[in-house]
Amino acid sequence: MDSASSDRTASGQHLAPTVARSVKVLVVGAFGVGKTTLIGSVSEIEPLRTEERITTASVGIDPGQPNKDTTTVAMDFGRITVTEDIALYLFGTPGQRRFWDLWSGLADGAVGAPVMVDTRHLEDSFEVLDQLELRTKIPFAVVVNQFPDSPAYPLERVRAALDLLPETPIVECDARDRQSAVLTLITLVEHAMTFPVFQKVNA
Amino acid sequence: MDTEEYRDHPVRSYVLTSGRAHPSRNTLRPETLVRAVESRPLLSTASRMERELVQLCRGTLALAEVAAYLQLPVSLVAVMVSDLIDAGHLAIRSNHQAHVLPGKDILEKILDGLRKL
Ligand SMILES: Nc1nc2c(ncn2[C@@H]2O[C@H](COP(=O)(O)OP(=O)(O)O)[C@@H](O)[C@H]2O)c(=O)[nH]1
Ligand SMILES: [Mg+2]
Repeated sequence: MDSASSDRTASGQHLAPTVARSVKVLVVGAFGVGKTTLIGSVSEIEPLRTEERITTASVGIDPGQPNKDTTTVAMDFGRITVTEDIALYLFGTPGQRRFWDLWSGLADGAVGAPVMVDTRHLEDSFEVLDQLELRTKIPFAVVVNQFPDSPAYPLERVRAALDLLPETPIVECDARDRQSAVLTLITLVEHAMTFPVFQKVNA
Repeated sequence: MDTEEYRDHPVRSYVLTSGRAHPSRNTLRPETLVRAVESRPLLSTASRMERELVQLCRGTLALAEVAAYLQLPVSLVAVMVSDLIDAGHLAIRSNHQAHVLPGKDILEKILDGLRKL
């Protein structure tokens, strides 16, 4: 009767016994922007998914459902064992206001957030950026995910359109490419290190 | 293109923890690492889900991973894990305090690790 769990967890999915600390980043952005793809590119495990039932403020998300006030939202995630004792988790979550209850809990303790944007639908990221700026203090870096039909805007134009602070990093990325995805994480962590809240040593 | 799915969710989840919505310890986060305490096997009265959970945790996993493998919401698994910690069957592996952000030294180690990928 206990075999079900061993079937579901392929051996080798456990963290190495030396890992004694976990750190997380939140991969946020509108639907279809490439969050799951980015997580899959860098994760050492097949990305996993959980679902959470949340209460939403807005109506009309799913007109087919009789109860419009609760919805189930998926969160997918992956992990990278970055040193022998630290595992970095990447949680992908839509950042819109109506999902705030879900991701406010997630944001707690996060090192930062790569905010993925799609220049074909730049306006879709306004709300995500607003939420991050107004309701959290977590460092974020804007990641411009390139699609074949993306207009070729210079990054500085995207920065202006998104009204980013001068110090907020903005990088181009191909979420399907591992090295490209790793570079966005490096950019984010470097940026986080400039925040006073991360200055103290607490090993 | 809408890859997030919205659908009805079984109420079953909430029955498993007798309807409680919040874990007794607020130290648990989705990334909190947990592990079974081998010297503390479950009693024969333990539920099937508790058994499965403890068995999953024979090696270190984050709470979110446990939830994904059990196909249950993180919020629900947090309650179960919390109870199992209280009963001594599981232990928190991550040695940092909850609500303490990682320090600069940790971020430097992460950067080094990422640069080597
Ligand atoms: N060309 C291209 N396609 C991408 C890229 N990232 C994601 N996609 C595709 O865009 C679609 C949505 O990506 P997904 O990761 O599911 O977005 P999510 O909703 O933010 O998780 C998928 O069909 C991906 O294959 C990218 O960098 N370049
Ligand atoms: Mg996705």
